[in-house]
Amino acid sequence: MRYSALSIIRNAFSGNRDWQPAWREPEPKPHYDVIIVGGGGHGLSTAYYLAKEFGITNVAVLEKSYIGSGNVGRNTTIIRSNYVLEGNEPFYELSLKLWEGLEQDFNFNAMVSQRGIINLFHDDAGRDHYARRGNSMMIHGVEAALLSRDEVKALVPYLNYNHARFPVMGALYQKRAGTVRHDAVAWGYARGADMRGVDIIQNCEVTGIRRDATGKVTGVETSRGFIGCNKLALAAAGNTSTVGQMAGLELPIESHVLQAFVSEGLKPVIHHVLTYGGGHFYISQSDKGGLVFGASLDFFGSYAQHGNLATVEETIEEGVSLIPGLSRSRVLRSWGGVMDMSMDGSPIIDRTGIENLYLNCGWCYGGFKATPASGFCFAHLIAKGVSHEVSRFMRLDRFERGYAIDEAGKGPQPNLH
Amino acid sequence: MASLITCPHCGSRPKEEFSIRGEVRSRPEPAAPFETWYRYVYVRDNPKGRQKEYWHHVLGCRRWLVVERDTLTHEVYGVTDAAAYRASEVKEAAE
Repeated sequence: MRYSALSIIRNAFSGNRDWQPAWREPEPKPHYDVIIVGGGGHGLSTAYYLAKEFGITNVAVLEKSYIGSGNVGRNTTIIRSNYVLEGNEPFYELSLKLWEGLEQDFNFNAMVSQRGIINLFHDDAGRDHYARRGNSMMIHGVEAALLSRDEVKALVPYLNYNHARFPVMGALYQKRAGTVRHDAVAWGYARGADMRGVDIIQNCEVTGIRRDATGKVTGVETSRGFIGCNKLALAAAGNTSTVGQMAGLELPIESHVLQAFVSEGLKPVIHHVLTYGGGHFYISQSDKGGLVFGASLDFFGSYAQHGNLATVEETIEEGVSLIPGLSRSRVLRSWGGVMDMSMDGSPIIDRTGIENLYLNCGWCYGGFKATPASGFCFAHLIAKGVSHEVSRFMRLDRFERGYAIDEAGKGPQPNLH
Repeated sequence: MASLITCPHCGSRPKEEFSIRGEVRSRPEPAAPFETWYRYVYVRDNPKGRQKEYWHHVLGCRRWLVVERDTLTHEVYGVTDAAAYRASEVKEAAE
């Protein structure tokens, strides 16, 4: 059923008893053209674009838990396309363009809100860096503005403008950036894929990858039995190494935990997405009123979906030092997500050395904004066998060839990206 | 939780005093083949469970340590000085 204002009115008159589940709960078939491992944002969007753009509908998405239980329901919901490097910027811009048309495209209210991102800088080097970033964006046809201190003050008057250590000197501003309701993204893609014939199989954990004598992948062993496939696509985020090992893949990935926080509901106070250049703190306000914020990784490798208190303290100290008014609000919840940190901080959308096995990983803590383009480019690769133009730098063998996409210039040290 | 690390030189210390390098991997010989160096620099085992890691006690004795830890439960099994760990590894290899 198509959702519309009319359908809401019609269902209101019938007491809302006639709504159908947004997707089916099918039994797995013995064989699919494509199996996607991981029912997160990227796995679901891959299935959606495979069906919608590339006409491949005999597809299954296998999720070990329920849809939205992983990072797609555990992030700070920011979308933006303010990158520097050639390997990244066109990709994230495609993603932002897809976000802009997404709700009409998949007929689901994802609450896309282009409220703008303000990246603050606090010293000359920070200004130079953001000027360069803004220039790089404009070279790729993306609007950007470098704001002076007074312009920042007019937009966000509530910051600490007397900061002794990290005075606010200005900001890089991308007006088209913003936030999206993250759960709705998972649900919208799941529903859109399901409507086009994709089987979304929840509570089905992949336990092994079966290969024939030539090494070619022929299917997966799961907690619900063997399922055969022509092509196997991995989109397992923080569990990429674990799933990859089932096929003997050796990957440039470390799993780390990133925490995020939400405060009690407040009246509208923060109207943009704000990032603090003196630390790693970022914040926005959800439509429900909660302040959603986070900062750095916990720094040690982790598969636990929770972090430790020292990082909570550090995050909130950074926040209060930038926005003193935060000190009076109370934190309601904190949670952790497992990040597939790559060796250069940029993702991988590529084939592997194994026939029929495709890989989508390395999203670090920037995977949410990439959800539409990641799915689109991964589907393109699976359907056509060649990389999409904007993801052509995101190769698995780029480290070996010396073509890392190191946006932050930190080298092969994943906890610093 | 890995909130406290028992440094063999300084005793039980909060983990914020340490900087974390990552998985213990043995450094190849300078003339080792390209493939070996590539794997040393870029490839990680990234196990879900027990892992040995290099930690640096930056705000303490400044010694490099080997911390054996569980990446799922964050339990710490043992901490040794990295030089002592290396010496025992070399000795084991010789035997």
